[in-house]
Amino acid sequence: MATIQIGENEQHPDVALVASARTGDVQAFETLVNKYDRQIFRIAQHITQNKEDAQDVVQDAFLKAYEKLDQFQGNSKFYTWLVRIAVNESLMRLRKRRTGKMVSIDDDIETEEGSVPRDLADWSPNPEQNYGQAELAEILRKTIQGLPHGFRIVFVLRDVDGLSTEETAETLGLSVPAVKSRLLRARLQLRERLSRYFRKKKAGEK
Amino acid sequence: MLDELIDDEISVQTRAQMQEHLKGCDHCEVTLSTTRKTIEIYRSHEVYELPNSVRERLHAAIMAKCKHGC
Repeated sequence: MATIQIGENEQHPDVALVASARTGDVQAFETLVNKYDRQIFRIAQHITQNKEDAQDVVQDAFLKAYEKLDQFQGNSKFYTWLVRIAVNESLMRLRKRRTGKMVSIDDDIETEEGSVPRDLADWSPNPEQNYGQAELAEILRKTIQGLPHGFRIVFVLRDVDGLSTEETAETLGLSVPAVKSRLLRARLQLRERLSRYFRKKKAGEK
Repeated sequence: MLDELIDDEISVQTRAQMQEHLKGCDHCEVTLSTTRKTIEIYRSHEVYELPNSVRERLHAAIMAKCKHGC
Protein backbone atom coordinates (compact mmCIF):
# COMPACT_ATOMS: atom_id res chain seq x y z
CA MET A 1 0.00 0.00 0.00
CA ALA A 2 2.76 2.39 0.94
CA THR A 3 4.29 2.29 -2.54
CA ILE A 4 0.91 2.91 -4.17
CA GLN A 5 0.38 5.98 -2.01
CA ILE A 6 3.77 7.37 -2.92
CA GLY A 7 2.94 6.82 -6.57
CA GLU A 8 -0.33 8.70 -6.24
CA ASN A 9 1.30 11.62 -4.50
CA GLU A 10 4.04 11.97 -7.07
CA GLN A 11 3.70 15.26 -8.80
CA HIS A 12 4.26 15.73 -12.50
CA PRO A 13 7.04 18.35 -12.92
CA ASP A 14 4.69 20.49 -15.04
CA VAL A 15 2.41 21.09 -12.06
CA ALA A 16 4.98 23.31 -10.31
CA LEU A 17 5.85 25.10 -13.57
CA VAL A 18 2.20 25.84 -14.28
CA ALA A 19 1.69 27.09 -10.70
CA SER A 20 4.69 29.44 -11.03
CA ALA A 21 3.58 30.65 -14.46
CA ARG A 22 0.16 31.48 -13.01
CA THR A 23 1.75 33.85 -10.54
CA GLY A 24 3.42 35.68 -13.42
CA ASP A 25 6.71 33.78 -13.60
CA VAL A 26 7.32 33.98 -17.36
CA GLN A 27 10.53 31.97 -17.04
CA ALA A 28 8.50 29.00 -15.83
CA PHE A 29 6.23 29.35 -18.84
CA GLU A 30 9.23 29.58 -21.14
CA THR A 31 10.41 26.25 -19.75
CA LEU A 32 7.09 24.73 -20.83
CA VAL A 33 7.43 26.31 -24.28
CA ASN A 34 10.92 24.84 -24.62
CA LYS A 35 9.71 21.47 -23.53
CA TYR A 36 6.74 21.08 -25.85
CA ASP A 37 7.13 23.37 -28.86
CA ARG A 38 8.50 20.67 -31.16
CA GLN A 39 5.66 18.28 -30.38
CA ILE A 40 3.04 20.99 -30.85
CA PHE A 41 4.63 21.94 -34.17
CA ARG A 42 4.59 18.31 -35.29
CA ILE A 43 0.92 17.86 -34.40
CA ALA A 44 -0.03 21.16 -36.05
CA GLN A 45 1.88 20.33 -39.21
CA HIS A 46 0.29 16.88 -39.41
CA ILE A 47 -3.16 18.46 -39.25
CA THR A 48 -2.68 21.60 -41.34
CA GLN A 49 -0.12 20.13 -43.79
CA ASN A 50 1.26 23.63 -44.05
CA LYS A 51 4.48 24.89 -42.50
CA GLU A 52 3.45 28.50 -42.01
CA ASP A 53 0.12 27.52 -40.48
CA ALA A 54 1.87 25.07 -38.15
CA GLN A 55 4.26 27.79 -36.96
CA ASP A 56 1.33 30.13 -36.34
CA VAL A 57 -0.41 27.38 -34.39
CA VAL A 58 2.63 26.95 -32.13
CA GLN A 59 2.58 30.65 -31.32
CA ASP A 60 -1.18 30.93 -30.90
CA ALA A 61 -1.55 27.73 -28.87
CA PHE A 62 1.07 28.76 -26.32
CA LEU A 63 -0.32 32.29 -26.07
CA LYS A 64 -3.84 30.97 -25.60
CA ALA A 65 -2.60 28.54 -22.97
CA TYR A 66 -0.85 31.37 -21.14
CA GLU A 67 -3.97 33.51 -21.23
CA LYS A 68 -6.13 30.69 -19.96
CA LEU A 69 -3.78 29.25 -17.36
CA ASP A 70 -6.31 30.19 -14.68
CA GLN A 71 -8.87 27.94 -16.33
CA PHE A 72 -6.55 24.96 -16.40
CA GLN A 73 -8.11 22.54 -13.94
CA GLY A 74 -5.14 20.40 -13.21
CA ASN A 75 -7.19 17.21 -13.43
CA SER A 76 -5.63 16.52 -16.81
CA LYS A 77 -1.97 16.86 -17.72
CA PHE A 78 -0.82 20.30 -18.87
CA TYR A 79 0.47 18.71 -22.07
CA THR A 80 -2.85 17.10 -23.07
CA TRP A 81 -4.62 20.39 -22.30
CA LEU A 82 -2.12 22.20 -24.52
CA VAL A 83 -2.54 19.63 -27.29
CA ARG A 84 -6.29 20.11 -27.19
CA ILE A 85 -5.81 23.85 -27.74
CA ALA A 86 -3.34 23.17 -30.57
CA VAL A 87 -5.66 20.68 -32.30
CA ASN A 88 -8.51 23.20 -32.24
CA GLU A 89 -6.26 25.97 -33.54
CA SER A 90 -5.01 23.68 -36.30
CA LEU A 91 -8.52 22.71 -37.39
CA MET A 92 -9.41 26.40 -37.49
CA ARG A 93 -6.45 27.14 -39.77
CA LEU A 94 -7.40 24.25 -42.00
CA ARG A 95 -10.94 25.57 -42.22
CA LYS A 96 -9.63 28.99 -43.29
CA ARG A 97 -7.52 27.42 -46.02
CA ARG A 98 -10.52 25.52 -47.26
CA THR A 99 -12.41 28.80 -47.56
CA GLY A 100 -14.67 28.38 -44.61
CA LYS A 101 -15.70 24.78 -45.25
CA MET A 102 -16.34 23.02 -41.95
CA VAL A 103 -13.48 20.78 -40.94
CA SER A 104 -13.62 18.26 -38.14
CA ILE A 105 -11.71 15.22 -37.08
CA ASP A 106 -14.58 13.15 -38.48
CA ASP A 107 -13.90 14.09 -42.08
CA ASP A 108 -12.95 11.50 -44.68
CA ILE A 109 -12.91 8.53 -42.37
CA GLU A 110 -15.41 6.45 -44.31
CA THR A 111 -12.90 4.27 -46.05
CA GLU A 112 -12.38 0.60 -45.97
CA GLU A 113 -8.89 0.84 -47.37
CA GLY A 114 -6.35 -0.97 -45.30
CA SER A 115 -8.81 -2.77 -43.04
CA VAL A 116 -7.81 -6.02 -44.66
CA PRO A 117 -4.10 -6.38 -45.32
CA ARG A 118 -3.45 -7.01 -49.01
CA ASP A 119 0.29 -6.75 -49.39
CA LEU A 120 1.46 -9.55 -47.19
CA ALA A 121 5.07 -9.68 -48.26
CA ASP A 122 7.45 -9.53 -45.34
CA TRP A 123 9.78 -6.54 -45.09
CA SER A 124 13.52 -6.65 -45.42
CA PRO A 125 15.30 -6.52 -42.07
CA ASN A 126 15.77 -2.84 -41.04
CA PRO A 127 14.19 -1.61 -44.29
CA GLU A 128 14.79 2.04 -43.36
CA GLN A 129 18.52 1.48 -43.82
CA ASN A 130 17.99 1.07 -47.56
CA TYR A 131 17.21 4.78 -47.80
CA GLY A 132 19.09 7.97 -47.01
CA GLN A 133 17.74 10.15 -44.17
CA ALA A 134 16.13 12.72 -46.46
CA GLU A 135 14.67 10.09 -48.76
CA LEU A 136 13.24 8.15 -45.84
CA ALA A 137 11.72 11.28 -44.32
CA GLU A 138 10.08 12.02 -47.66
CA ILE A 139 8.63 8.51 -47.87
CA LEU A 140 7.27 8.73 -44.32
CA ARG A 141 5.81 12.19 -44.97
CA LYS A 142 4.17 11.23 -48.24
CA THR A 143 2.77 8.05 -46.74
CA ILE A 144 1.20 9.61 -43.67
CA GLN A 145 -0.12 12.58 -45.65
CA GLY A 146 -2.25 10.14 -47.61
CA LEU A 147 -4.27 9.13 -44.54
CA PRO A 148 -7.59 10.82 -43.77
CA HIS A 149 -6.74 13.44 -41.16
CA GLY A 150 -9.09 11.90 -38.61
CA PHE A 151 -6.88 8.79 -38.69
CA ARG A 152 -3.61 10.65 -39.00
CA ILE A 153 -4.09 12.71 -35.89
CA VAL A 154 -5.06 9.69 -33.79
CA PHE A 155 -1.95 7.84 -34.97
CA VAL A 156 0.30 10.84 -34.26
CA LEU A 157 -1.06 11.46 -30.76
CA ARG A 158 -1.20 7.82 -29.75
CA ASP A 159 1.76 6.17 -31.47
CA VAL A 160 4.22 8.98 -32.21
CA ASP A 161 3.55 11.26 -29.26
CA GLY A 162 2.83 8.45 -26.84
CA LEU A 163 -0.44 9.70 -25.31
CA SER A 164 -2.60 6.95 -23.82
CA THR A 165 -5.80 5.86 -25.57
CA GLU A 166 -7.82 7.68 -22.90
CA GLU A 167 -5.78 10.88 -23.23
CA THR A 168 -6.12 10.77 -27.02
CA ALA A 169 -9.87 10.31 -26.69
CA GLU A 170 -10.15 13.20 -24.23
CA THR A 171 -7.97 15.48 -26.33
CA LEU A 172 -9.96 14.89 -29.53
CA GLY A 173 -13.39 14.60 -27.95
CA LEU A 174 -13.75 11.04 -29.21
CA SER A 175 -14.86 7.88 -27.42
CA VAL A 176 -12.24 5.30 -26.44
CA PRO A 177 -13.65 2.70 -28.91
CA ALA A 178 -13.53 5.34 -31.69
CA VAL A 179 -9.86 6.03 -30.93
CA LYS A 180 -9.07 2.32 -30.94
CA SER A 181 -10.82 1.70 -34.23
CA ARG A 182 -9.21 4.69 -35.95
CA LEU A 183 -5.81 3.80 -34.57
CA LEU A 184 -5.99 0.25 -35.89
CA ARG A 185 -7.10 1.40 -39.33
CA ALA A 186 -4.41 4.10 -39.41
CA ARG A 187 -1.74 1.58 -38.48
CA LEU A 188 -2.89 -0.93 -41.09
CA GLN A 189 -3.17 1.68 -43.84
CA LEU A 190 0.31 3.01 -43.10
CA ARG A 191 1.69 -0.52 -43.03
CA GLU A 192 0.06 -1.29 -46.35
CA ARG A 193 1.42 1.87 -47.97
CA LEU A 194 4.92 1.48 -46.54
CA SER A 195 5.02 -2.07 -47.86
CA ARG A 196 5.51 -0.63 -51.33
CA TYR A 197 8.90 0.64 -50.21
CA PHE A 198 9.94 -1.80 -47.54
CA ARG A 199 8.86 -5.21 -48.78
CA LYS A 200 11.49 -7.81 -49.35
CA LYS A 201 12.41 -8.04 -52.98
CA LYS A 202 11.68 -11.37 -54.59
CA ALA A 203 14.51 -13.09 -56.41
CA GLY A 204 15.18 -11.29 -59.71
CA GLU A 205 13.37 -8.11 -58.64
CA LYS A 206 15.32 -4.86 -58.66
CA MET B 1 -6.91 -8.71 -31.53
CA LEU B 2 -4.10 -7.28 -33.62
CA ASP B 3 -4.09 -3.91 -31.87
CA GLU B 4 -4.20 -5.55 -28.45
CA LEU B 5 -1.20 -7.65 -29.38
CA ILE B 6 0.65 -4.59 -30.64
CA ASP B 7 -0.17 -2.66 -27.50
CA ASP B 8 0.54 -5.54 -25.17
CA GLU B 9 -2.94 -5.42 -23.70
CA ILE B 10 -3.81 -9.09 -23.62
CA SER B 11 -3.74 -11.67 -20.89
CA VAL B 12 -0.87 -14.11 -20.57
CA GLN B 13 -3.16 -16.97 -21.57
CA THR B 14 -4.49 -15.26 -24.71
CA ARG B 15 -0.94 -14.26 -25.60
CA ALA B 16 0.18 -17.87 -25.43
CA GLN B 17 -2.71 -18.94 -27.67
CA MET B 18 -1.96 -16.14 -30.13
CA GLN B 19 1.71 -17.00 -30.25
CA GLU B 20 0.81 -20.58 -31.00
CA HIS B 21 -1.38 -19.37 -33.88
CA LEU B 22 1.28 -16.96 -35.16
CA LYS B 23 3.77 -19.79 -35.46
CA GLY B 24 1.55 -21.49 -38.03
CA CYS B 25 0.15 -18.40 -39.76
CA ASP B 26 2.49 -16.37 -41.92
CA HIS B 27 -0.18 -13.78 -42.73
CA CYS B 28 -0.77 -12.84 -39.11
CA GLU B 29 2.88 -13.04 -38.23
CA VAL B 30 3.93 -10.71 -41.06
CA THR B 31 1.05 -8.32 -40.43
CA LEU B 32 1.98 -8.08 -36.77
CA SER B 33 5.71 -7.65 -37.27
CA THR B 34 5.41 -5.11 -40.09
CA THR B 35 2.73 -3.11 -38.27
CA ARG B 36 4.98 -2.95 -35.21
CA LYS B 37 7.82 -1.84 -37.46
CA THR B 38 5.58 0.86 -38.98
CA ILE B 39 4.97 2.35 -35.54
CA GLU B 40 8.63 2.08 -34.58
CA ILE B 41 9.80 3.87 -37.74
CA TYR B 42 7.38 6.75 -37.26
CA ARG B 43 8.35 7.02 -33.61
CA SER B 44 12.07 7.12 -34.26
CA HIS B 45 12.15 9.44 -37.30
CA GLU B 46 11.03 13.03 -37.04
CA VAL B 47 8.91 13.78 -40.08
CA TYR B 48 8.54 17.49 -39.37
CA GLU B 49 11.58 19.18 -37.90
CA LEU B 50 11.23 22.60 -36.35
CA PRO B 51 14.45 24.40 -37.36
CA ASN B 52 16.30 26.19 -34.53
CA SER B 53 16.08 29.57 -36.25
CA VAL B 54 12.29 29.25 -36.44
CA ARG B 55 12.12 28.06 -32.85
CA GLU B 56 14.03 31.09 -31.65
CA ARG B 57 11.78 33.43 -33.58
CA LEU B 58 8.63 31.78 -32.23
CA HIS B 59 9.95 31.78 -28.66
CA ALA B 60 10.84 35.45 -28.86
CA ALA B 61 7.37 36.30 -30.20
CA ILE B 62 5.59 34.19 -27.56
CA MET B 63 7.64 35.49 -24.65
CA ALA B 64 7.41 39.12 -25.76
CA LYS B 65 3.62 38.90 -25.71
CA CYS B 66 3.55 37.01 -22.40
CA LYS B 67 5.68 39.66 -20.74
CA HIS B 68 3.24 42.32 -21.88
CA GLY B 69 0.30 40.44 -20.46
CA CYS B 70 -0.53 38.90 -23.87
